[in-house]
Amino acid sequence: MRLRPSSWAVLVFGLALAVFVASFVDAARLRGVRAPDQAATAALAARLGLTDLALFTEARYTRHPSQADLHSAFQDHPLALEHFPSGSVMPLPAGRAAP
Amino acid sequence: MKSWLEKQRHLIDFTLASLARRKARNLGLLAVYGLLVFVLAAASLFTHALRQEAALVLHDSPEVLLQRLVAGRHDLIPPGYLEKIGRVRGVQKAEGRLWGYYYDAVVKANYTFQVPTTEAPAPGKAVIGAAIARSRGLAPGNTISFRSYSGKLASFEIAAVLPAASELVSADLVLVTEQDFRSFFDYPAGHYTDIALSVANPQEVRNVATKLAAALPDSRPILRDEVLRTYASVFDWREGIMLALLSAAILAFAILAWEKASGLSAEEKREIGILKAIGWETGDVIKMKLWEAGLISLLAFLIGYSAAYVQVFHFGASLFEPVLKGWAVLYPRFQLTPVIDGLQVATLFFFTVFPYLAAVLVPIWKAAVTDPDAVMRT
Repeated sequence: MRLRPSSWAVLVFGLALAVFVASFVDAARLRGVRAPDQAATAALAARLGLTDLALFTEARYTRHPSQADLHSAFQDHPLALEHFPSGSVMPLPAGRAAP
Repeated sequence: MKSWLEKQRHLIDFTLASLARRKARNLGLLAVYGLLVFVLAAASLFTHALRQEAALVLHDSPEVLLQRLVAGRHDLIPPGYLEKIGRVRGVQKAEGRLWGYYYDAVVKANYTFQVPTTEAPAPGKAVIGAAIARSRGLAPGNTISFRSYSGKLASFEIAAVLPAASELVSADLVLVTEQDFRSFFDYPAGHYTDIALSVANPQEVRNVATKLAAALPDSRPILRDEVLRTYASVFDWREGIMLALLSAAILAFAILAWEKASGLSAEEKREIGILKAIGWETGDVIKMKLWEAGLISLLAFLIGYSAAYVQVFHFGASLFEPVLKGWAVLYPRFQLTPVIDGLQVATLFFFTVFPYLAAVLVPIWKAAVTDPDAVMRT
């Protein structure tokens, strides 16, 4: 028997919807699987008193953004480029010429 | 009900046959549409999971950290500070912390040296993060040497490597004893890097911070809440940067979708004219075209979202890693735990599916209400 195009559509959408719903089920499963590792990491962070993620180790204000010098502009030296978004979106203070 | 369903099925049959006549064009649209949903969904799933991960692992970080500032810069805590803090009401425990940075010229990376307050390694030994072990090829029992701040070579035997599962917070850590830390950095006796405080009553944390700032005017208290907020905003910003980079692609798609949806081709107009001429009602034509747009946009959303989920949580988000995670020589390897926010998915659905449906509606309605003869002649 040849399927009608609408039956194909129901089949394809049913499949796509099942995959979509499966992503939520998989998320719950992965949360369960990774919970012990997460708890161990949180326990290590608590034991060592860690305050930051080790994502960016290149400078102290990226390694420990929460502990940096109040995110002061030009905190490394006067010619250092700003690393924070404010540097690229904030205009110069009034009365100051661009370099 | 049955006849309504049957009617819709016939409309879908007709729609699919009509879509199949312009197969390449519609498949192309589905692919571009799906790709756009994929990129947007991946960016939002990734940053949300990373934000949640940061909040979870830093949940028990010190309640208050006290830094000393000199001319706006972080300075060492001199002797006597801990005693002064102990006298502030509400402070349950105050502990001096010792930590600092060391640049390893061999792998051109920064390490974070720290003295653990509990379970410290024996003198002359170090516990290192898994990323350092990987980049320097170290295992427990090996020895690693660094040039200390006094110029002498300091060697540490690796007592243990921190668990790889905790790399997100420990990738670059080198844990040593207080004695080794002070001699390695030539650190003045009695001084500390900062002070970690715990407060008896969690409701009082802000008050204690205010009291500390008043008692020690050169100090800067950092609350755990502020740390968590910092991370929330860092990832919000990175998501924003990612979306800004994608804005050109989003705009290109918007133009494509608008062109496809709002400007009916001559062929489509002729089709509508013929349908009207053979007796289709305006409502049926609109329904048929809405089914067309609905099928394409819904399928693009489901495919794009599901592919994004698999990419982020099963393939390590390799496409966005450099932008969203930042870059560093010592990069932690970690797997994100999926945390899906229903509202986020609903927002994505709303902003990717509805505009397309809306863009389709107006030109179809215009063509459908026009006289069939006029439509066919244009």
